[in-house]
Amino acid sequence: MRKLHVATRKGLFVLDRRGGTRPGWRISKVHFLGDPVSIVLPDPRDDAVYAGLDLGHFGCKLRRLDPGARKWKEMGVPTYPEKPSAQEIGWDDPTPWSLMKLWALESGGPDADGRLWAGTIPGGLFRSDDRGKSWELVRGLWNRPEREQAFGGGADHPALHSVCIDPRNSETLRVAISCGGVWTSRDLGTTWALTARGMRAAYLPPEQAYAEASQDPHMMVQCAAAPDTLWVQHHNGIFRSSDGARTWTEIEDVQPSSFGFAVAVHPKDPDTAWFVPAVKDECRVPVKGHMCVTRTRDGGRTFEQLRNGLPQRQCYDLVYRHAIDVTPDGDTLAIASTTGGLWITEDGGDTWKAASVHLPPVYALRFGA
Amino acid sequence: MPSLHFTPQLERFLPAPPAEVQASTVRAALEEVFRDNPALRGYVLDDQGALRKHVAVFVDGRRLRDKRGLGDALQPDSEIYVMQALSGG
Repeated sequence: MRKLHVATRKGLFVLDRRGGTRPGWRISKVHFLGDPVSIVLPDPRDDAVYAGLDLGHFGCKLRRLDPGARKWKEMGVPTYPEKPSAQEIGWDDPTPWSLMKLWALESGGPDADGRLWAGTIPGGLFRSDDRGKSWELVRGLWNRPEREQAFGGGADHPALHSVCIDPRNSETLRVAISCGGVWTSRDLGTTWALTARGMRAAYLPPEQAYAEASQDPHMMVQCAAAPDTLWVQHHNGIFRSSDGARTWTEIEDVQPSSFGFAVAVHPKDPDTAWFVPAVKDECRVPVKGHMCVTRTRDGGRTFEQLRNGLPQRQCYDLVYRHAIDVTPDGDTLAIASTTGGLWITEDGGDTWKAASVHLPPVYALRFGA
Repeated sequence: MPSLHFTPQLERFLPAPPAEVQASTVRAALEEVFRDNPALRGYVLDDQGALRKHVAVFVDGRRLRDKRGLGDALQPDSEIYVMQALSGG
């Protein structure tokens, strides 16, 4: 993986890994300069790159750059159908049925030619079978009555931000919604089960704290080599599942904090995961101004605080949920912040190097070929 | 005939030339333009067909009133301007 695509408030930045006398990661290209890019996907199946633009005036757009092409093509964009009456829906749905943000974009699996999945605000999942040209709302999930218990967490409306396609079977999907729980489908999205048992919501009245349909996982990742293991950075802490999301266990007593947005799991080792902590919900900055990445190598029993190369004085960088990625070998990670800092490690997090501290606010990043 | 003008800010995404239309409401005027330029619809209207929050429409110098139905009436010589709002940047 020699490219890093960084989606920011003011454009899509591409970094190349260079060797030679001054090895390192350097910005080689900027696309959509000035425009907000909310999500990016380098598709490993064909090396096409997809970028979700979040135009303030003209709405969300999706662009695709094919390998070798010089120009981005405008793709179709997930579009909600006409909103039925409350009587037809079955409840008084306050959600505007209109795309507000593209917030997850994943390739459908090596055997799923042309298939893409998109997560959105206000919470719907969409599927494309033609490389983004056309999209369809996954009604099996959208029509679930439990959606009435979902609500916005940070955004005004629910946000589907994580889509995990099972590497063993591309018809099995797990998605996470803030604040709408975790859902699993085993039939390509036709039917769904709510799978957030064990997650805890401190922001709800005590008797509702374990209500699955109202949980706020911030980000969910699945271990490629051991797909029954998933990790969640939740609003209230860190959760882990070892049974394919059927049940979740809270990981407690994480220092310096278990609050944050971003999480990455080692693609080959389910017991190794990285997080980027902030103080707490009401104070989303590094603890004491000392930036760190926390890493566990034993499934959450113990954590190391990784600080080498990260600012340790007066640092107020916050890493959003989509602004972390790890390469397939688990050695190289990138994190980037809402104040434009970008750090990369090539030794699993032991040491970090700033690739830039002057980027626009970073929303998402992904490694690519 | 009523005429429609689009903000030049749209030009960097797709062509949006001025158009003369045979329409008696803002909705009908826009639909006529979108018939020939379907990609433009998603830049001006949301998924439910309402005016996007940060797009501003002026009819003969007055701000559009009906942002959902776009039912504001047009005169035979009406001028409609579709602009970016100052918000939304």
